[in-house]
Amino acid sequence: MSQLSTDHLLGIKDLTPEDIQLIFKTADQFKEVINRPIKKVPSLRDITIANLFFENSTRTKLSFELAEKRLSADVLNFSASGSSLSKGETLIDTANNILAMKVDMIVMRHPNPGAAEFLSRRVKATIINAGDGTHEHPTQALLDAFSIRERLGDLSGKKVAVVGDILHSRVALSNVFCLQKAGAEVMLCGPRTLMPLHAESLGVKVSYRLEEALEWCDVANMLRVQKERMDKGYFPSIREYAMQYGLTMKKLKAASRDIVIMHPGPINRGVEITSEVADSDYSIILNQVENGVAIRMAVLYLLANT
Amino acid sequence: MRKKIILDEERMHIVLERLCFQLVEQHGDFTNSVLIGLQPRGAALAERLVKMLRSKGVSHLPLGLLDITFFRDDFRRRDAPLQPNQTKIDFLVEGKRVIFIDDVLYTGRSVRAALDAIHSFGRPADIELLTLIERRFSRKLPIYPNYCGHSVDSIDSERVLVEWKEVHGKDQISIIPHEST
Repeated sequence: MSQLSTDHLLGIKDLTPEDIQLIFKTADQFKEVINRPIKKVPSLRDITIANLFFENSTRTKLSFELAEKRLSADVLNFSASGSSLSKGETLIDTANNILAMKVDMIVMRHPNPGAAEFLSRRVKATIINAGDGTHEHPTQALLDAFSIRERLGDLSGKKVAVVGDILHSRVALSNVFCLQKAGAEVMLCGPRTLMPLHAESLGVKVSYRLEEALEWCDVANMLRVQKERMDKGYFPSIREYAMQYGLTMKKLKAASRDIVIMHPGPINRGVEITSEVADSDYSIILNQVENGVAIRMAVLYLLANT
Repeated sequence: MRKKIILDEERMHIVLERLCFQLVEQHGDFTNSVLIGLQPRGAALAERLVKMLRSKGVSHLPLGLLDITFFRDDFRRRDAPLQPNQTKIDFLVEGKRVIFIDDVLYTGRSVRAALDAIHSFGRPADIELLTLIERRFSRKLPIYPNYCGHSVDSIDSERVLVEWKEVHGKDQISIIPHEST
């Protein structure tokens, strides 16, 4: 019998290394479950979960919803468009109104950093952070680390490069915390304009050259170029970014060892990664998606008991 | 209270031999039958039975391990969630004769969960239950074994401990007070 050290999943920062291993071990069994002819188990049949998405999402929302349904939970879906938010309702009021309908858990994505933590202090429900602004995206980091563990057997001592828009990426921050707690080394790589100041203070290596990162790493996690931020002029053009930081088969083959390629999606084909690489045997992008359901089932299962 | 031995190695072997013969009597060459060990503690018994049946000339013996953690009826009624074990069933049970194997039958709740869980792998033709030890008068559900090694009378504060040569160094079954586990 084992339990997480926390009542909510707000960020990887709050988890202990033991928590992460417990989630991985539980997810191993759920991965077996979702590959059965009948993929559903009744564990959470008396639990109701509300998915509150105040920001757009396809993959994470579908993945959480599927995980909840595979666990037999009752699911409520809420998205910001078409809701009373436009009438001026506050986050706490929205959450409390949903909880008044006897909801046990809330999965929330919100554009503001710290929104999940804010809510967890003010409402009586288990909160799972599905991405809060540029802060954290814990389940993505867990599924990334789980996918590396699955491909390479173990995380300890492995070298993982996270490449791209580090500054705006919640995936990057959660990845750093999660990989370090699982025993891996992390390098952040990207243009200087998209690298946070004092990134080294996280205990990671920093590089501004993709070739250098590829020479160093066992795994490269290629983050999405957030085109919506292009108007602020972080780099001159998409074409220039693709030339400097886009992963091509030529750059991949130039590295002295085989590198596992990951991407949290959605992919801008031809920008941060070429189709040739994304669809190659080096890539575990679709394994990440499959593992996402297993990881989210594990997190929900472990937190539903609290 | 001290440990009380119910079956020593010699008697345990006699019981296991009898269970093997009963299985062969009912299932012949096992063409349409599969053994399912219930995790965690039914696995060792199932593996031992397979070994013994093989030595009796039964060559075709599909064995699966079924974990019932996600199908239990006491989720959220415990302090912490139970850690699941591995499920390993590499075949479909659709139309098969399934034999559940567990070491101790106590309240019957695990077997109830297993009846639910096995349907994820198809609809069996029938399901039987084999247990090495049956604790009498403690069932909370109407579940009884088709093949029973040995029945014991015990009270709730006691625990039946099954030890295996492969794991614990000796074959032995004993009753111990719950506190000492």
